[in-house]
Amino acid sequence: MPEMAYYEAKLAALQEVLRADERVRLIHETFLGLSPRRSLFGEIEKNFPGRVISPPISELGVCGLAIGAAMAGMRPVVDIVTASFSFEAWPQIVNEAANAFYMSGGRTRVPVVFHMIHGLRGGGAAQHSHSPQAMLWNCPGLEIVLPSSPRDVRGLLKSAVASDNPTVFVDHALLFEIRGPVPDGDDPIPLGQADIKRTGSDVTVVATSFMVQRACAVAEQFAAKGIQVEVVDPRTLVPLDFETIMASVEKTRRVVVVDECRHSCGVAAELAARIWEAGFDKLKAPVRRVATLDVPVPYSKKLEEFISPSESRIVEAIHGVMG
Amino acid sequence: MLPRLPRDNLLELCRKMLLIRHFEEGLITLHNEGRFRGHYHVYIGQEATGVPALSLLEASDYVFTTHRNHGHVLARGAAPGRVLAEILGRRDGYNGGKGGTFHVAPVELGFLQTSAVVGGIIPLATGAAYAAKEKKSGQVSVCLFGDGALEEGAAVESFNLASLWKLPVLYLCENNGKYGHGRATSAIRSSSMAVFPLTDLPAAYKIPAQQVEGTDAGLVLTVIGEAIRRLRRGEGPQFIEAQTVRWPGSVSNWPVLPVRTQVAFAWDMKAVPEAVKEWYQFSDPVLLFIRELLDEGHASKEEILDMQTSVADEIDEAIKFAFDSPEPDPKSALENIFAAEKRGGCDA
Repeated sequence: MPEMAYYEAKLAALQEVLRADERVRLIHETFLGLSPRRSLFGEIEKNFPGRVISPPISELGVCGLAIGAAMAGMRPVVDIVTASFSFEAWPQIVNEAANAFYMSGGRTRVPVVFHMIHGLRGGGAAQHSHSPQAMLWNCPGLEIVLPSSPRDVRGLLKSAVASDNPTVFVDHALLFEIRGPVPDGDDPIPLGQADIKRTGSDVTVVATSFMVQRACAVAEQFAAKGIQVEVVDPRTLVPLDFETIMASVEKTRRVVVVDECRHSCGVAAELAARIWEAGFDKLKAPVRRVATLDVPVPYSKKLEEFISPSESRIVEAIHGVMG
Repeated sequence: MLPRLPRDNLLELCRKMLLIRHFEEGLITLHNEGRFRGHYHVYIGQEATGVPALSLLEASDYVFTTHRNHGHVLARGAAPGRVLAEILGRRDGYNGGKGGTFHVAPVELGFLQTSAVVGGIIPLATGAAYAAKEKKSGQVSVCLFGDGALEEGAAVESFNLASLWKLPVLYLCENNGKYGHGRATSAIRSSSMAVFPLTDLPAAYKIPAQQVEGTDAGLVLTVIGEAIRRLRRGEGPQFIEAQTVRWPGSVSNWPVLPVRTQVAFAWDMKAVPEAVKEWYQFSDPVLLFIRELLDEGHASKEEILDMQTSVADEIDEAIKFAFDSPEPDPKSALENIFAAEKRGGCDA
């Protein structure tokens, strides 16, 4: 199977969605964030004249414009850049887009994609390091997509654009250089299909986004000690493939959930609660969460590492559930 | 001034204005009787803006409105029974009872989203205009909002986008505080804007902006008609501030009905309570329009009285229809969160 870098797979997907549907527009041009690869995006602008739009610095207005355009039949993909900037557009995302289909009685469709780059990218400090996916999960009506591999970013982006619902595509800057297999002419990956990133029989680690990569690295360490860690990647929070998660839980009966949202009311908290509710009698140990600590994100490297869901904290949590 | 239109069209405008008036007055009574719940807003006093303005649109054009939407959807031809059913939260409402008074959105009439967030629709209407431009469909997008919406950042971000990209959107600001009711900060403003006149704000973004007397159907038709022609010629966004004097019943946060409008007030004000006489005499757009029709010989008092009877019958039927409509199945609260099939845009 051919291998690709994550950024290559993402750029390929962007070209594919533009080619597949005349109604698609890309609004803003930082789909690769601040990555040194970002200039490669210029190729897309060249190949699709008039379909990549440079907006003013107006997250609220631009997201609202994209939502209105989606209501009127376009398929805009808005790049919000850093996920923290989604807060500037919050009223339009959570109060207009998320509610539109419901409050119209299922009549107004909003096929828009909000693209953003979340998490601890290193040195982002408090205002450029947010992971808003748990907050967004609290707003019914939004689909939430969290790719973690080259194959996933390509397949999920296609499904996000094809979806008739407002979809938040939450990417992570630290994934861009990762390499992995991407089959030629790969089909879209349906939203709501979890992926077992590594099989194991002793403990389940449910992880999202860049934390999937971290969990896989930790699993490697444990394998050397004869402990088989299964890494389950939900890939989309909404819709959520809870069956695949529970199948793994029932097999290993020990669970750690790793996510970069805050510890309180985060994605890990929600997944842990659901696993408890559904599987209390199957668990051999309490579910453990590994998430970003409940503080604003500090700039200093040492401080940032301390609050992050680091490898060492994942290792510790796995030891915790192994007893 | 009376619009220069054939008599039938004038009578149709009059009938729609009267329909809105009676609908809203009936609604206040229903709320007073406890027949529906929640906060609500009425369009009384602004009929001569919405009715003529929306009569200028094509069926395929987009309209975005707010919590004060009842007049707009009725002006565009929504069935009063289905509007009322929506307000009552019934199954036959335009949105199955999920929207209610704040969000009445007859999608088949081009209402893609009715938002009760002040300023919320301004970017949306701008986006629909962007879609129209990209699709080269010739459609225009009309955004109806109150003067308070200009206080929101969403308004100016949208003005900038629409102006930069020359989008076919009409920002129709209905300023119902001409003489400073509501949140007045001075003798003449109802909103708290440092910018005055309000048209200076869009003008700063190079959007042609002008004021019009919102109680004068003829002026509204002329001014907005020209603005819409400019949109269709691709001249970019337009802004109109339609000024009306706030209806005394909408001065408080909850509508209060000082008197039920009778068309006979147009020629005999005796039955109007003294405290509100001035408004019904000088600022009521419906009565002003009827007086003009009578003065210029387009209708007789008898014809206007007959029109009132026919409108009252239509409202009675609407009320019956809405109350006969079943309550939604509680489990349907869990439906319509996501669109299942793959289809673009709205279902209109």
